[in-house]
Amino acid sequence: MTRGETSGDRRNLGAAKQPRGAILLRLWRYLGKNRLLLALAIVLSLTANVLALLGPRLSGQAINVISEGPLDLPYILNRAGWMAVVYSISAGLSYGLSQVMIRLSRRVVRQMRRDIFARLVQLPVGFFDRYQTGDILSVITYDVDTVNQSLSADLLQILQTLVTVVVSLVMMLTIAPKLVLIFCVTIPATVFFTQYITRRVRPLFRRRSAMLGELNGFVEEMMSGQKTTRAYGREGAVLEHFDEKNRQAVEAYTEAEANGTIVGPAINCINNLSLAMVCIFGSLLYLSGGIRLGDLSSFIQYSRKFSGPINEVANIIGELQSAFAAAERVFGLMDAQPEPADSPEAGVLTGVQGDVALDRVCFGYTEDRMILQDFSLHAKPGALIAIVGPTGAGKTTVINLLMRFYDVQSGTISVDGQNICQVTRESLRRAYSMVLQETWLFHGTIYENIAYGKPDATREEVVAAAKAARIHNYISSLPQGYDTVLSDNGSGISKGQKQLLTIARAMLLDSAMLILDEATSNVDTQTEQAIQAAMEELMVGKTCFVIAHRLSTIRHAGHILVMREGRVVEQGTHDSLMAQNGFYAQLYYAQFDTYA
Amino acid sequence: MGQLKSYIRPFYGYMLLTVMIKLFGAVVELLIPYLLQTMIDDVVPTGRRDWILLCGGGMILCAVVCVVSNIVANRMSAQSAGGITLRVRHDLFQRLEGLSARQLDELTISSAVSRLTSDTYNVNQLLARMQRLGIRGPILLLGGVIITMCMDMGLALVLIATLPIIALVVYFVTKTSVPLYTKEQGILDDVVRVVQENITGIRVIKALSKSDHERKRFNRVNDYLSDTDQKVGGITAITNPAATLVLNLGLTGVVLVGAYQVSWGVVKPGVIIAFMNYFTMILNAMLGVTRIFIIWSKGQASAKRVAQVLAMPEDLTVLPGKEPAGKPAYLEFRHVSFSYGGIVNNLEDLSFTLERGQTLGILGATGSGKSTLVNLLLRFYDPDQGAIYLEGQDLRTIAPETLRKKFGVVFQNDFVMEGTIAGNIAYFRDLPPEALEKAARDAQAGFIWEKEGGMAHPVAVRGNNLSGGQKQRLLLARALAAGPEVLVLDDASSALDYRTDAALRRSLAQGYRAATKVIVAQRISSIRHADLILVLEEGRVIGRGNHETLLGTCPVYRQIASTQMGVDSCG
Repeated sequence: MTRGETSGDRRNLGAAKQPRGAILLRLWRYLGKNRLLLALAIVLSLTANVLALLGPRLSGQAINVISEGPLDLPYILNRAGWMAVVYSISAGLSYGLSQVMIRLSRRVVRQMRRDIFARLVQLPVGFFDRYQTGDILSVITYDVDTVNQSLSADLLQILQTLVTVVVSLVMMLTIAPKLVLIFCVTIPATVFFTQYITRRVRPLFRRRSAMLGELNGFVEEMMSGQKTTRAYGREGAVLEHFDEKNRQAVEAYTEAEANGTIVGPAINCINNLSLAMVCIFGSLLYLSGGIRLGDLSSFIQYSRKFSGPINEVANIIGELQSAFAAAERVFGLMDAQPEPADSPEAGVLTGVQGDVALDRVCFGYTEDRMILQDFSLHAKPGALIAIVGPTGAGKTTVINLLMRFYDVQSGTISVDGQNICQVTRESLRRAYSMVLQETWLFHGTIYENIAYGKPDATREEVVAAAKAARIHNYISSLPQGYDTVLSDNGSGISKGQKQLLTIARAMLLDSAMLILDEATSNVDTQTEQAIQAAMEELMVGKTCFVIAHRLSTIRHAGHILVMREGRVVEQGTHDSLMAQNGFYAQLYYAQFDTYA
Repeated sequence: MGQLKSYIRPFYGYMLLTVMIKLFGAVVELLIPYLLQTMIDDVVPTGRRDWILLCGGGMILCAVVCVVSNIVANRMSAQSAGGITLRVRHDLFQRLEGLSARQLDELTISSAVSRLTSDTYNVNQLLARMQRLGIRGPILLLGGVIITMCMDMGLALVLIATLPIIALVVYFVTKTSVPLYTKEQGILDDVVRVVQENITGIRVIKALSKSDHERKRFNRVNDYLSDTDQKVGGITAITNPAATLVLNLGLTGVVLVGAYQVSWGVVKPGVIIAFMNYFTMILNAMLGVTRIFIIWSKGQASAKRVAQVLAMPEDLTVLPGKEPAGKPAYLEFRHVSFSYGGIVNNLEDLSFTLERGQTLGILGATGSGKSTLVNLLLRFYDPDQGAIYLEGQDLRTIAPETLRKKFGVVFQNDFVMEGTIAGNIAYFRDLPPEALEKAARDAQAGFIWEKEGGMAHPVAVRGNNLSGGQKQRLLLARALAAGPEVLVLDDASSALDYRTDAALRRSLAQGYRAATKVIVAQRISSIRHADLILVLEEGRVIGRGNHETLLGTCPVYRQIASTQMGVDSCG
């Protein structure tokens, strides 16, 4: 439809890097919307962990008593009892915590998908002429899901780790401050290593997301062309292309994964080393009488507690990298430039008469190539303006401008004397009914599809519209009638029938202006004749813009614009144009050039 | 997972090696607490500092060996998972490409796409993580249990007693979550569909100002998805705290039982300390194992969806053929009846013959069966009754490769892909540039050379930078490029203006004389010189003959002719 000349460049969504701080801040904003849950999560996590960490302390005390015997049963029972209590409460709390976190992350993700989608419907049509549907889908499914996993599982882990680490450290400090010195070596080592690996892994994960998006785009595209591929027997060749994309995607994530999973064992190793050192120095300390055996046991347990979650987090860091890469694409899509907002003083177009004027309009999809030059046109209410001309002459461009899918570069378009840039887009577009060359139906019943533009339409109105569009008999012949569910853009029904359904949809709208973009070109002549009658009825009192190749359909138009290479070369009525014996006449005679 | 076994099998050796390395690493890791115990119980009492250092050194060595083997094994696991995914996806794509039109209608494209990408990705994750966590976890668990048993049977029994309870929890969680994950993937298909619809229908949605409505529609499926997600999450979240609690209670039991045993002198305090350590290890391993079950549940749901497509039966198989008798017509439809839904016949008792090089024109109202005829001719569907013969051979007996090489086709609303103009004309065929250019010229696609780069000019997603007429000419060039034996044009020139259409007809008549043409059209001018014209109505032939005969015999045809040509007798 559009002929944006630059739009052929292959683009990938969210390829731009964003600073990590900015991403974190935006993720935080999503979390921040659920402060209550977040606070609850922190409190629960803190309590659960502190309680869990009391465990080793209690068991250590018991072991101290056991090892220094004689058996002090009441004391040990007391400790054991407390252990049971503490562990039970802690387990309860951590279950509660994960419930809270799940809710939190679901809310965030739901909001994220909502926000993406909300942006999606605001984007100018040009956006969708540029990007693969599959790539956009990959963001809304895979990338959001990746962020989600990080938020629900990883964030929780990090939170718990933080608590565990701090509490363990405090405990260890109270038991044997000297031994804690060992961590002065191992913790910086961990931090340093993690940072190093993160820097190395992040671009790999970015690539993984991008490649997966590309694969998705390819698959989406080729699946919709499956019939064509089969007709030409090119399954093998397409498969080869797919294999290439597939290989790239798999390589990208194998590489990301292979490097991401270094973190876990490496940190584990550092922890094992610190354990060894704790043992060596702890034993030496014990020999010199600086520590009791039970305390050494507790200390070792804490140091393991200390390292356990760090270990987990290290594993998670890999996942976090993929979450970051995914978040980049998510936010990248959210940041796509929407249609500029209506100006604040924009009025609502009401009681439209249908007086449309284009005054010296210049427009091109790119600055360097103008499609319309100084284009002027005046359509009085109820006029029928036909636009004819060879393909590529700029006919659909006029429609794109009338509906403000694109804005003019210079000149003005006005409806009832009001500049259309000074009214809300919604009220402007509502003033038109439109039947496009490319039919669009959605997954839903035939009834819903017809009533799409007028949700409060009664059943009678819908049936009347269907009758007027000559599709009622067909619908009635279906077993489910109007409740037949259409799937995959109406894949079960013929193109002509789809066209009739969209015509019925337009018939239901009560608007002052009508746009038919080659609308009847897919309907056979018989059906077209029937529609023609109905259309004429519908056109009464409406300003109509009809783009048609079949000159017979517009012979009775009040005003015909003949376009050629982006310019109106002739205009007038059929008779006057024929009398001119110019380009229109050439076009007209060409249809009787029946040499075949 | 069982359904994908054949893909995993070639990697058994490699995966076994990965597992062995993992195993080795895990065993070495188990040595660390063992050395720790020896140190505290046996070495420390002797007071020998050099022994302490030796033991410590042993621990350090173990740590290093452990890290190396883990990194290597992890890399290997990623590679084998990648290798398997590569093959699964390859076969899945191949299968999807080969699905009959009927099968794909049923599956829907959005579901096909998500199975091919998101589900295979889940399977990949399952495979990689299974190897990473699936071995280390259970080995540490098992090893921990065995070592504790060697150390002290009584204390170990306390610990072992807790395991069945955990197993029960895991079983319950897995059993309930797998169906939920399957359901979730199904809802994800819906989310994908809504987004797809919004992208393709963006103009209509904007024109009708339905953005809010669409947002609500999206929010509905989105909410449903997140509700289901929450439900699954809530169930799987039980595993972790439950396992931890049970194990910790076991630990408490160990302290109690240990206290008695120490006082009886059967057990040394060092054993209890080591026990505590193994416990922490076992606990962490246990948590790892439960995590695997969650991954498994999710992966399993996806694996099923993948396997389901792979297992779809081959539709439209090739039957054994017979040599044609006598000198058959080039193309023959013999008493063909067909129905999409099995209720009403979309084509009924259709018969005609066509000689090589002849043109068949098909005319008829919307829904009269024109496109159905094309679908049958290309064998996207098999006729319910009757048969179609090409050079005397039943279509069902011709190998698809042979059959499709003969055709050049343009469908209604055919498919233009992102890439270049040349790429779209060649459409993955090995055609020389001259052939592409000739085809483009014959298809009246002169506009190509007005564009920057000509044949190399980029084509945007869905051909969005081309007009309807330009797209149709591009598609025509595609159909002509390989010099087809049969040219099938289903409403292929409706977006062309009359001049271009007329020029196209001229070039087809002159340059493609040998090709047998099947032309579905709405304009009489497109088919009036056809050797045979069929006028269809509701799947039945109501007029048959050439232009002149039909003007005389078929009132419908005469009426169409008079409205389109504006004259009663043109010829």
